[in-house]
Amino acid sequence: MSTSPVVVEHETPSPEAGGSRADLRPEHIRDAVIRLAGNSQDGIQSAGAFLARLAGRSSQDVMTYMTIPSTISGGASIFQVRIGSGEVLSAGDEADFLVAFYQHSYNEHIHYLREGGVLLYDSDHVQPDPEEKRFVHVGVPITGLTIEALGGTAKDKGKNIFVLGLLAKIFHLDVEKLKKLIAERFGGKSEDVLNTALMAFQSGFAYPVGNVLSRLYHFEPVDPSARAQITMDGNQALAYGLIAAGVRYGAGYPITPWSSVMEILRSELPKYGGLFVQAEDELAAVSLALGMSYAGHLAITGSAGPGISLKTEAIGWASMAEIPLLVVNVQRGGPSTGLPTNVEQSDLYQAIFGGHGDSPRVVLAARTVEDCFYIALEASRIARKYSTPVFILSDTSLATRIEAFDEPDLQELMQDCPPDISPRDVEFKPYVLDHLTQHAPPGSPMLGGKYPVVTGLEHDEMGHPTGSPKLHAAMTAKRRRKLQELAAEIPVPEVHGDPEGEVLLVGWGSTYGPIYEAVNVARNRGETLSAIHLRHIHPLPEGLEKIFSRFKRVIVVEMNDEGPYGYGQLASILRARYCDPKIRSLTKTDGLTFRVREILEGALK
Amino acid sequence: MTTAIAVPEEREKLTKKALTADHPTWCPGCGDFAVLAAYYKMLEKRQLPHENIVTLAGIGCSSRFPYFVNSHGAHFIHGRAVPLASGVSLSRPDLHVFLFGGDGDGFSIGGNHLEHGARKNINLTYVIMDNFVYGLTKKQTSPTSPIGFKSKTDPIGAVDHPVNPMKKLISAGATFVARSHATQVNHMIQMMERAMDHQGFSVVEILSECVEFFPGAFDSSIPRKGGTYTLIDEKKWDNTPEDEARHDVTDEIAAYRLANLPFPGLFGVFYDIDRPTKNALEKKWISETRTKLGNRSDLEILQKTFDRMK
Repeated sequence: MSTSPVVVEHETPSPEAGGSRADLRPEHIRDAVIRLAGNSQDGIQSAGAFLARLAGRSSQDVMTYMTIPSTISGGASIFQVRIGSGEVLSAGDEADFLVAFYQHSYNEHIHYLREGGVLLYDSDHVQPDPEEKRFVHVGVPITGLTIEALGGTAKDKGKNIFVLGLLAKIFHLDVEKLKKLIAERFGGKSEDVLNTALMAFQSGFAYPVGNVLSRLYHFEPVDPSARAQITMDGNQALAYGLIAAGVRYGAGYPITPWSSVMEILRSELPKYGGLFVQAEDELAAVSLALGMSYAGHLAITGSAGPGISLKTEAIGWASMAEIPLLVVNVQRGGPSTGLPTNVEQSDLYQAIFGGHGDSPRVVLAARTVEDCFYIALEASRIARKYSTPVFILSDTSLATRIEAFDEPDLQELMQDCPPDISPRDVEFKPYVLDHLTQHAPPGSPMLGGKYPVVTGLEHDEMGHPTGSPKLHAAMTAKRRRKLQELAAEIPVPEVHGDPEGEVLLVGWGSTYGPIYEAVNVARNRGETLSAIHLRHIHPLPEGLEKIFSRFKRVIVVEMNDEGPYGYGQLASILRARYCDPKIRSLTKTDGLTFRVREILEGALK
Repeated sequence: MTTAIAVPEEREKLTKKALTADHPTWCPGCGDFAVLAAYYKMLEKRQLPHENIVTLAGIGCSSRFPYFVNSHGAHFIHGRAVPLASGVSLSRPDLHVFLFGGDGDGFSIGGNHLEHGARKNINLTYVIMDNFVYGLTKKQTSPTSPIGFKSKTDPIGAVDHPVNPMKKLISAGATFVARSHATQVNHMIQMMERAMDHQGFSVVEILSECVEFFPGAFDSSIPRKGGTYTLIDEKKWDNTPEDEARHDVTDEIAAYRLANLPFPGLFGVFYDIDRPTKNALEKKWISETRTKLGNRSDLEILQKTFDRMK
């Protein structure tokens, strides 16, 4: 894995070469970063998604990166696909291929192209700088040829699929698989639409690109016995993870970038006999979910930062009444409306501390698209066992990027958790002080004849309101002890890289890929660098101090502001927890994901 | 909401004693005692399975209700009891969902939820004890306080136009809207029972005097204090000439007209129509979807979805 040139020279020409032009022989490559730059209505996302899905079907690793303008329609947009025959950890700092649809795409993105990289541009719209000699320039009249191919009926719609055909040729992609994907995508629409798409594809594929591009490429084959892969974005993985976890009820309110989680759950849950409700506002959404959880179904609500702010009062009730609840926050740039379509990790404090009073809750953060699936299972397990609200933190980058990952073993993972309305015996108390308790959902016969009330008022073991100073102290401790018990059972993260050394990077959430790739790059260069990544952030796993003690510096890498004292949000929490002055901070707030280079520069300077 | 389910023989009779929990913390003379008594009586009369009764509330004096009823219950946060109750109702069709609260909880902080609960026609029964004042926080103006009411937040008298609960509920789309009075126990039982039997979002506003902070608020509706207590004369559909003049509870405009009468106005059912509940509509979607999928197992359905993502 590297961020530098990815072409691997082979001594013997590959059999695909053929012909007399030796320079046309395919180059075997392990990894390629392709950036498509155009406008959001050009369908570059769907072209990129085809590539990602194809890579997944070919058991290759894939990661995408996308920016969408927050305007409703139009505006510059990019989709970056990184396809690799090995593990792909980030979407790539630099592109090996830039496809520029417009002059502004060229101007904005040419500096993301690595030296020696290929600029594929629409010569009907783009004029590259003729003095520029660092890149291979390949001009194709994409707009004109698309219109020609489609008989002018569709104007220039279909450029994305034409480009897909070009890329299929350049990278020797599996044409049959791609056509099948196109058929799956457009098959539901009219035959015309599918035929138009296939014509555009064919026309791109047939273009004699070999005349202008001296090298074609070929991905190194991967082990065909590898486990089947599925390809999806982080919000899909989260939604399907919740379904696998047996979550059947929930409520939400639309907000970018959370909305697609609720859209999926709204359409999918009825298939499983469940229901997702679109509420009138965020307060109603969390309250509906709490009603469902109280009724015995662990329920899900979610939002982005601004919506979570509105939910916090009710989340305090869930802590106090000890009702399990899942709260998803797909973080975006804040505060306020902030940067609705950019990435930031600035809601960690909100997740841990957002609320009034001492209101313990659990906070988990997904690190990859794949992890969005598994963290939903872990969050559900914790919420059910500890009967408390559990936050799942995701972010814009996970929500919108597509990754291929090993198909989860559903046979093994699938949970079925109907409400437990079995009769409760005579001694049942909803809030026993000295151990974990679960409430009795309505419908449970109470054999002792006493029916419980769950409440946000401080209460005794039976749920009766009380102002007793002793009981408030004891009940506060009971609720807090849940986090202490949980901390003792969660695994200590493994160190990636050397077990001891100069610098340990600490990350959480979606920075996992670039941090781990930075470690790999540094170690390949002969430098020492290590990293750990936290999935369980509140409470923290036990034993982190032992890991920290083996390094001279601990640098917490996160996408939020360093604050008045120079430390990001997780860094501040770790410093408060371990009182260790060697814990430092590497933060950024430009609304973009970390580049590997930025981490290396920050860590090793 | 399903009506009286046959009580299994071995089931113990649901008595007032079985339904009584903590002694109410309300001030002596509070109208809410009578509302509680009417609720006990209605439950005794209908003999619902004890474990399927759910008593829910938000925040306020009247929202203490669940502590005084021995049933499953939840005491939630201020203003959000309608969505909480909606979550219970939509996910558990086997339960009888009763919600209690006051005018502040229902018409002020929870006003938007009331609108949407009504619009969606969620199957539950909501009893709003309206005392025209904030009592728990000791005499501030409420959304139903009349103009001129002197409170700690309106020392020279309230200036804001009060909410008309009947008009608000009818225009929001509630499918059962009634009004009763805490001094009229039999009428309250009757209204609560009809509300419970109604399929959909049923609301009973009950004038319930706060003797501490707004004494005498409802004297003009109490005959023994010289007021008038007039019931709505509902149509009997008996083809008599008298019936012409009676109120048609399915006539929205007529209901609105009755709601517009000056205080103390009328008591009884203003509006009562059939419209599919969200519960029924969602259930229909779920069962059609399940049938279309051939009632496959959850594992098979998710596996098939993943197969499409390969």
